[in-house]
Amino acid sequence: MNLLRFAVRRLLEMAVTLLGASFVVFGAMYLAPGNPASFLLAGRSASPAALAAIEKQYHLDDPFLEQYLRWLGNVLHGDFGRSLEYRTDVSDLLSSRLPTTLLLVGMALVLVVLLGLALGWLAAVRGGAVDSTVLVGTTFAVGTPAFVAAILLQGFFAVELGWFPSSGSGSGHGIGQMMWHLTLPSLALALYLVGLLARVTRSAMLEALEGEHVVVARSRGVPERHVVRRHVFRNALGAVLTTAGLIVSTLMVCTVLVETAFSVGGIGQLLELAATTKDFPTVQAICLIIIGLFMTVNLVVDLLLPLVDPRITLGTRSSS
Amino acid sequence: MTMTLVRRPGLARVRTKRAPLYVISAGFVGLVVLVALLAPWIAPHDPNAVELGNALAPPSGDHLLGVDSAGRDTLSRIVEGARTSLLGPLGVVVFSTVLGAAVGVAAGWRGGWLDSVLSRGSELALAFPGLLLAILFVAVYGEGLMAPVVALAIAYFPYVSRLTRSLVLAERERPYVAAYQVQGHSDLQICVRHVVPNIAPVVLAQSTVNFGYALIDLAGLSFLGLGVPALTPDWGRMVFDGKSAIQSGYPLSAIVPCVVIVLTVVAFNVVGERWADKVAGRNR
Repeated sequence: MNLLRFAVRRLLEMAVTLLGASFVVFGAMYLAPGNPASFLLAGRSASPAALAAIEKQYHLDDPFLEQYLRWLGNVLHGDFGRSLEYRTDVSDLLSSRLPTTLLLVGMALVLVVLLGLALGWLAAVRGGAVDSTVLVGTTFAVGTPAFVAAILLQGFFAVELGWFPSSGSGSGHGIGQMMWHLTLPSLALALYLVGLLARVTRSAMLEALEGEHVVVARSRGVPERHVVRRHVFRNALGAVLTTAGLIVSTLMVCTVLVETAFSVGGIGQLLELAATTKDFPTVQAICLIIIGLFMTVNLVVDLLLPLVDPRITLGTRSSS
Repeated sequence: MTMTLVRRPGLARVRTKRAPLYVISAGFVGLVVLVALLAPWIAPHDPNAVELGNALAPPSGDHLLGVDSAGRDTLSRIVEGARTSLLGPLGVVVFSTVLGAAVGVAAGWRGGWLDSVLSRGSELALAFPGLLLAILFVAVYGEGLMAPVVALAIAYFPYVSRLTRSLVLAERERPYVAAYQVQGHSDLQICVRHVVPNIAPVVLAQSTVNFGYALIDLAGLSFLGLGVPALTPDWGRMVFDGKSAIQSGYPLSAIVPCVVIVLTVVAFNVVGERWADKVAGRNR
């Protein structure tokens, strides 16, 4: 099977799953007790005028499928409807908050990749005490929820020592100030995944170290660091890459917790506020964005895998 | 026959053979469960009794772990909170195991169109990260423990159903199944009486591994103020309640539940992984 046909097939599969996910996200509104109009208004003034406006905006008199298709069409054009809480377009709410979240997730991703790979590498190559330390450390890292890490970092480094700001994103004061504000949040966000990635890297490298080609390379006098870099790490990279989708989706979801703890004001905190105030159009939009991002990363990984590790033929990636 | 546990990568090859860590973890799990069972009898104070004059008091003989910002005894809330904090994940694990096992057996045994339909369904559920689905459900149904537990059960069932399906596929090929079929036993009878008991230990090991994740997700939800109702003692909720006190320099009432959550999750993970290793006969 050639790359193009594989790509098209995976793209179609992804489109079908995304369609299913969007159906769930849209249909959830109809599972709520009571009728959709009163659910959408939930606690807000239910004057006849407001009810009529809601029914008109959502075309609640139309058949269900027609409503869904119209909503889907709007979403594909980037129109997620109007926020019931902020009384503006959801897409405006998102576009003003997305840069902060992307910066936060990006900083956390850099930390995860650098620290995770380095710790896994060290543990696999050094072994002994280093290995044990990394194992115990990662056991606690993967057992620490992101919000716990956020609270502990905030309590110690921001309030107790005063080294970092304890809340806010510093947006509007330049990129340096923003990164300064987002240092603790990105650390909190990264901790669990650093542990996870370190473990994946460690076990993948240990497996590669046992390979016969490593014995051959060593017996031919290839310097050890070349063996590790070119013959062990290179081979382990495929297994490491399969976790990329999981890493990105975990970052996007856990940013809800971290942004709330630090009042960062990105789309994570927006999701928390929207869920608390029952601002359903906003919740729908953020859910769709996170799911779409997760599936896109998985697709890219599936396409990249055969290039990184030629032993993997297209589409035979073991389910992770 | 090869058996592999479907699990999130990274925990796959955790070496949990270190006996001391395992013994300590098992002891801690036992302690937490015991505390949850006996909570009303061992809590020193009423977890909801408010002493506003005593708010944010440091640890003392009367309040061993101090008092939170609403003047409630932290130790009593931890003890009482063990109930909600363990009951939620237990519900998730029970629901997701029953659902996943049923779907997995049906898909693996029947095969054909039913298999493709059910596998597509699990793939769709896998597209929703657990916490996200839980937030979506809470936004629809409002706060309470039921909506997030159902949401997480749906998000976690594919991990069980995929494993069950692959186990059933392997089991179906074994001679004893053909022997029962020749003797005229119905498919249902063979599945329920023979296949399910044979694969149960591996499936249950998978569910034990899921327990820690469910605890993390549910505590996170409570931390957002979206899980349990406001006054219920719950570890995640306690962190939520204590986070404003941290800003003013009284971190204790938030740090105590944080530490308890981490220790509990780590203990359950270590025990679960160890058990999974044993049951599945894996060496590493």
